[in-house]
Amino acid sequence: MIFAVMVALLVTMVLALVRAFMGPGLYNRILAINTFGTKTVLFVAVAGFLFGRPEFLDIGILYALVNFVATVAVLRLTHLQDPWSGTEGGEAG
Amino acid sequence: MSVIEVLSGVLLAAGALALVSGGVGLLRFPDFYTRTHAASVTDPAGAGLILIGLLLRVDAWDTAVRLLIILLFLTLTSPTATHILAHAARRDGVPMWQEGDRRR
Amino acid sequence: MTAFSLINIVLLAILVATAVTITRLRALYEAAMLAALFSLVTACLFVLLDALDVAFTEAAVGVGISTVLILGVLALTRSREAVTQRRRRLPGVAAVLLVGGTLGYASLDLPAFGAADSPVHSHPLTEVYLHQSQEAVGIPNTVTSVLASYRGLDTLGELVVVFTAGLAVVSLLGPLRRRRPTRPERPRPIADFDLADYRVIRVVSGGLLPFVLLFALYVLFHGEYGPGGGFQAGVIFASGFVLYGLVFGLDRAQRVVPHAALWSLVTLGLLVYIGLGMATMLLGGSFLDYDVLAPGNPATGQHLGILVVETAIGITVASVMTTIFFSFAGRGVSR
Repeated sequence: MIFAVMVALLVTMVLALVRAFMGPGLYNRILAINTFGTKTVLFVAVAGFLFGRPEFLDIGILYALVNFVATVAVLRLTHLQDPWSGTEGGEAG
Repeated sequence: MSVIEVLSGVLLAAGALALVSGGVGLLRFPDFYTRTHAASVTDPAGAGLILIGLLLRVDAWDTAVRLLIILLFLTLTSPTATHILAHAARRDGVPMWQEGDRRR
Repeated sequence: MTAFSLINIVLLAILVATAVTITRLRALYEAAMLAALFSLVTACLFVLLDALDVAFTEAAVGVGISTVLILGVLALTRSREAVTQRRRRLPGVAAVLLVGGTLGYASLDLPAFGAADSPVHSHPLTEVYLHQSQEAVGIPNTVTSVLASYRGLDTLGELVVVFTAGLAVVSLLGPLRRRRPTRPERPRPIADFDLADYRVIRVVSGGLLPFVLLFALYVLFHGEYGPGGGFQAGVIFASGFVLYGLVFGLDRAQRVVPHAALWSLVTLGLLVYIGLGMATMLLGGSFLDYDVLAPGNPATGQHLGILVVETAIGITVASVMTTIFFSFAGRGVSR
């Protein structure tokens, strides 16, 4: 059963990867890479169970974290090219 | 096979199905926003189902705590990331797909 | 074909495809993100090879900090790669083929994957590290005891390298504080773009941050028992801080840790490390020989020494990474 989940994960990784390669544009790629990152977190967790090594899970926590930091960073830093005024601020969320 | 194992198997299968359907959606949907929909719905759902499925197979409490922490992190960060992503794309003027448009 | 080799083959194929795509992309932001994906897959491979500490470092440094720094650099320069003439590419191709061919040829000499009679397994030093260290140092994670105790001097050297890198970045990019504008309308600093306007991300990041810092401390102090240690903990700490700076603005981040404090921390870690070495010398041992820290009970001394050293590494790495990020991000946009 766990191996089937692993295969599903690898298939999803490849699908997300194809989207990340095709783009088009920055946002499609970030979306695909973010999805891919979630899959790697699950990959590490599932691999820990598949090979009987639960200490892999520590690494899964780290992946979840760095994946989020990278996504926030790319959104924040790519928006420097078109600095829009902050007056619209606060309406979001 | 105990009830717990069957339940875990069902959860894992459901999670795997959610993940693959999300992957197909990410690849096949016509524009960025629909793809966001595919990814953002299936990502936490699949992750949650799989992690809970694994949680039912745990034999040590510290492993269970780690799984729960991963679950917490993913359920918080993954929707947030897709949310700000879609938001930033909208502000950037990424066009929305309409009936009859070419796929982008 | 076993499950293990199937997974390995898929991951390696993903790696190759990603590498090829990165070289073909002209949009550098996208290339930087794909490089982060490359690091993630590499780290997965390290996990499968059971090199947990390496996987930890690869994920924390390759995906977390270096992506942020590369993106920060791209924000200062152009984000599209210039087109090189086809003729000009020839020397590069020749160099790549030469180096790659040499490396490929050299790899023929390596022992087969998992070979039991390779030097790694048959050398007497392996016995020392894997078995005697359990009695002499007494901590389960051999990687930590090798890095912090047996090879303490090497690790000190690495820390000095990190310190020098931070020093170099700051001396090239100028001091950390925001300089007076030379033009009337000064360049727009990154802090002005308020991602904090997005209430969701502000709340989530704010709520997540304590856990991130706690996780860094866990990695630091659990490094003796599981994967992790000072370097990884420092980078995770810095990632948490970078996240704060990105979401809430650099001004607020600098109010939390002013640059003077940051610079004191950079040197503090290094000084603690060297100071510990001096202390062991004063107590009659050799440089970084922790046995003398607890007379009559070498294992306790080793524990103590490793803990101090890991903490020192964590402090310096975290503050250097944060300093580098601030120096890049604080410069604003060049155009």
